[in-house]
This record gives sequence, C-alpha cells and structure tokens, in this order.
Amino acid sequence: MILPFFIIIPLLAAFLITLISGDNDNWAVILSVLAVVSLLLLSVFAFISTQDQTLVYETGGWQLPFTICLVQDALSCFMLIVVSLISLTSLIFSVQYIRRKEPCWKYYALFMLLVTGMNGVIATGDIFNLFVFMEIALFAAYALVAYGGKAEEFEASFKYAVMGSLSSTLILIGIGILYSATSTLTMAKIAQVLPQKDPALVNWIGGIFLAGFGLKAAVMPFHAWLPDAHSSAPAPISSMLSGVLIKALGVYVLIRFFFNVMGAPAAFMQIFMILGSISIIVASFLAIGQWDLKRLLAYSSISQVGFIFLGLGIASPLAILGAVFHILNHAIFKALLFYNAGVVEMFLGTRDLRKMGDLRKAMPITSATSMIATLSVSGLPPFNGFFSKLIIIIAAIQAGLPVYATIAIVGSFLTLGYFLKVQRYGFRGENKIEKPEIKIGWGMRTAMIILAALCLITSVLVIPGIREVTLGPVVDVISNKLNYISLVLGR
Amino acid sequence: MTVYLLCFALLLVGVYGVLTKRDLIKIILSLGIMGYATNLMIILFAYKNGAIYAILTKANSLNGKPTGPMVDPLPQALILTSIVIELGITAMLVAMSIRLYEKYKTFDITKIRRLSG
Repeated sequence: MILPFFIIIPLLAAFLITLISGDNDNWAVILSVLAVVSLLLLSVFAFISTQDQTLVYETGGWQLPFTICLVQDALSCFMLIVVSLISLTSLIFSVQYIRRKEPCWKYYALFMLLVTGMNGVIATGDIFNLFVFMEIALFAAYALVAYGGKAEEFEASFKYAVMGSLSSTLILIGIGILYSATSTLTMAKIAQVLPQKDPALVNWIGGIFLAGFGLKAAVMPFHAWLPDAHSSAPAPISSMLSGVLIKALGVYVLIRFFFNVMGAPAAFMQIFMILGSISIIVASFLAIGQWDLKRLLAYSSISQVGFIFLGLGIASPLAILGAVFHILNHAIFKALLFYNAGVVEMFLGTRDLRKMGDLRKAMPITSATSMIATLSVSGLPPFNGFFSKLIIIIAAIQAGLPVYATIAIVGSFLTLGYFLKVQRYGFRGENKIEKPEIKIGWGMRTAMIILAALCLITSVLVIPGIREVTLGPVVDVISNKLNYISLVLGR
Repeated sequence: MTVYLLCFALLLVGVYGVLTKRDLIKIILSLGIMGYATNLMIILFAYKNGAIYAILTKANSLNGKPTGPMVDPLPQALILTSIVIELGITAMLVAMSIRLYEKYKTFDITKIRRLSG
C-alpha cells in the first residue's frame, strides 16, 4: 500500500527542511527535489498498478466504519500524477527564481506543506480529513502568495485568506449537517445512506458544498479572489495555484462529492453547465481587457476551469473524458505560461504587455515555449488543448445541447483572441529588447522545455488503445458514480 | 429549535461583519464569530438532554455498561480540530494585517486597494 507515503514524504520533507537548513538553501533544495521526484515515480507506479481496481487503506488498523480511510483508485492516482508533475517542474524553476532575492529555506518548507495538503485531499476517503488537509494546503498557499513581501502581495493574500476562510466555514457547516444526517464521515458510507434521506436535505448539502468548493475552484460567481492572488504570487507558485491547487481542492472534490457520493443529480449537473458557460464567456472577455500578463493568465484560468465544469455537467462518459483530459492539459500549459511570465518578469522587470517587445532574439527558449503553450491553450491541433476542447464540444452536440457547444466554440475563439494579444505585444512586439545580462539558468530552461514537450506528448493520450489504459479507468471511476460505495466498503 | 435559530443568528452576525466592516481587525473578528457559530452548531448536533459524557467511569457505568444515554463524542473531536485550524488562520490573518498596516499606514480596507480591475 503506497498511498500513505504521498502524505508522509512531503510532510517529512517539510519537517526536515525546517530542522537541518542553515542560512543557505542547499539542503532545502536537495530534500524537496528528492521528495517530489519520489512522489512522481510513486504516483506513476500507483497509476500503472491500480488500473481499474480500488484499494482502501484503513488508518491505524481499525475496521472501516471506525477509521479514516485512504482510497486509491484511478481518479486519485491520476490527480496525484498531475500534482507531482507540476510540483516537480515548479521546484526546478523555483531555485533560480527564489535565489535572485535571497536564498531562503522557508519557501521550500511551505511548498512541501502545499504538496502535502493537496495529496492528502486527493488521497483521503473521509470528508472531515479532507477538510483538514484542505486547510493545510490553503495555509501554505496564503503564506506563499505573500512570500515576496510587497504591499500588493499582502493585500492579495489577505483577500485570498478572507475568501478562503469564508468558504471553509461554509464547507464545515456542510460537513456538520452531513454528519448529523448520516452519522458517518466516510464518503462511501455517506453515499450509501444519503439516498434514503429527504431530497431537500440532499439539495441543501449540495448547494452548500457547491458554494464552498466552487469558491476554491474559482468558477465565475466565486472568482473574485483568483486574479489578485494568482497574479501577485511568485511565478512558480502562480503555476502551482493555477495549475493544480484550484483543481485538487475545487474540481477534484466536486467530482468526488457530486459524482461518487451524490450520484450526479440532474439539477446540479445543470448548474455545473451554467456556471461553466458563464465562466468561459465572461472570464474570456475580462481577460481580453488586461494588460498585466499574469492577470490575463489568471482570468484565462477561470475560463479554462469553465470548460472543465461544462464537460462535467454534460456528464456523458465522452464529456467526462474531455473534462478529465482538460484537467491534465490545463495544468501543463497554464503552468508553462506562468513560467514564461515569471522569466519575463525576472529579466525585464515588468509584467505589462505594452513594455514587453520582441523577445525572440533575447529569450529564444521562453518565446518558443510560450508560442507552444499559446497554441495549446487556444486549442489548435496537434496540441493537447485542441483534443480536450474538441471532445467536450462533440460531447455537447451528442448530448443534444447545441447551445453549450456554441458557447464552448465561442470561448475557444476568445481564448485564441486574448492569447494572440499576448503574442502580438508580449513576445513578438515592436519594442527592441536587448539580451539580458543575467543568464536564464538550466533549471528554468528544463522546466519550460519539459512542459512544452508534454503539451505535444500528452495529445497521444486520446489515441484509441492508449486512451483505454490511461484516461479510460479515470473516466470509469467518475461515470460509474455510485459503484464507489461497493468498491470501498465491500471487499 | 430555538437554539439552532440563535446559532444561525450568530452566524449571520459574522457574515454581516465580514461583508460590511471596513476595518481589517473587525473583519478578522467577524470571521472568528462565524467560526464560533459553526462550532456551536456541530456541538449542538451531538447534544442530548440529560446524557452523560462518553467516558466510562465507576460512577456512570454498571459492569462496563453505561447507565444512561451518552452524547456523541465525535463532533467534539471535530470541533477541537477546527478550533486549532481557526487559531492558525486567525494568527496568520493578524500577522498579515500588521504587515499591511506597515505598508499602507491604515487598517481601512477601502484605502488598501492598489490591486484593481
């Protein structure tokens, strides 16, 4: 059973980093990279060995109704791979980015706590345990957003923390009501008991959780904190927040709860679709108006999360395939775009698109990878973003929802629009830019090249034959809805 | 029923504070009030009139069997955890508001707005 190690390893690394690091950060870097590399290897191994079975780890040797359980199935292993992949590249990228001010081990300790929290949320099968891990991840995220120590960063972090506490309170109320109604906190057990309860109660709990976790996932009416927090954080942290945090704490938990515990009630699926379409359109229009590169990317995150919500709301296996694939793709290309923004900010000292210019000579790798990410996010073949959006659009048409398909297509074109603006002004603009004196380190370059390559490589996952063994089991876990109960409880 | 309504009123006091107050410290206090209301609600779910605490002692048990109904101990464990989490978050928010005061020389949230749009 390897699932507990996904929590133990980063937590231990965070602890050791605080213990043994002196004034410089060498040990912190070595320990955290070791931890994340082992997490990535373990998660790939877990995904390959799990396939379509479900393994349950009962903490402390107690039997299931009396203990906290960790659930390992294809969905949780898939999310663990996404988290480990983005955290590895973010760490490699961080080294030079953080050292340019002063080397500090605190950053790495907080980073490891962030990974611990996300892995815990993904691994657990107990709803209160999920809440605790979520708070660990958020706590680290608040601190990391304010890491730079400038006034704007504290302002963004305060805003984020207030919104986060508000949503956490909502979630805790939901958990309290759920416990009083079902007398259990294990999610599979809740799923078993919930259908016998009053439908009004189920709707109340669903509403509270949709608002609570929707705030974490930053879908449109709940998005106000995201552009500030994601644009103020250091670049590698922006990519962690935008790439995986909103998915691990928001989208993943909503999938688990609404599909595996509540059995995808039709009313909530309708709400998912509506929220998703609002996010796609409105956030795209807001993104077009931005001149700050990182703010534009943050609004783009809201719009791309809208695509995931739209796919989940359609709820046919094909649409879920698109949504799951888009989770992976968005993590990859949005992380890459934030790295590009980080490099530009580090060497030119600006995030304003109007002050950027022709970077093709000055920073060849950055501008090339940003081009790949742009093509990928705006959905041009043969990059991965094209396939996930295409699948969602086809699924919408197949499900007899032409309006939503149109919205997705329009959203896709709007995405292309505002990313053309990024390329036109930011990376291929008219201002002449001299080659910067400081060199872009190998860590930053490797991180960007790995993700740029993955933008192309992951599109292989849709080929029939490969799809059945990679994304297939994940889709099965989601679309078989309440099979989760018998898989976890009855062995 | 009355206690639940009062508990809900307490929650609304907290929400009102978060939404309308301009002072950073008052916002933090309002978040605290919301947290208390939530904890109180979860404790109330476990409360039974006249029940004993869920620890068997010589006074409340006969041959290892409890003499009366017991309250559910799990929500108490839950709110202990949630109190600790709230402590951490509150400490964090207070620390952040001190730093904000150093930067902006004010606690007024309407004057702390360099980020916009």
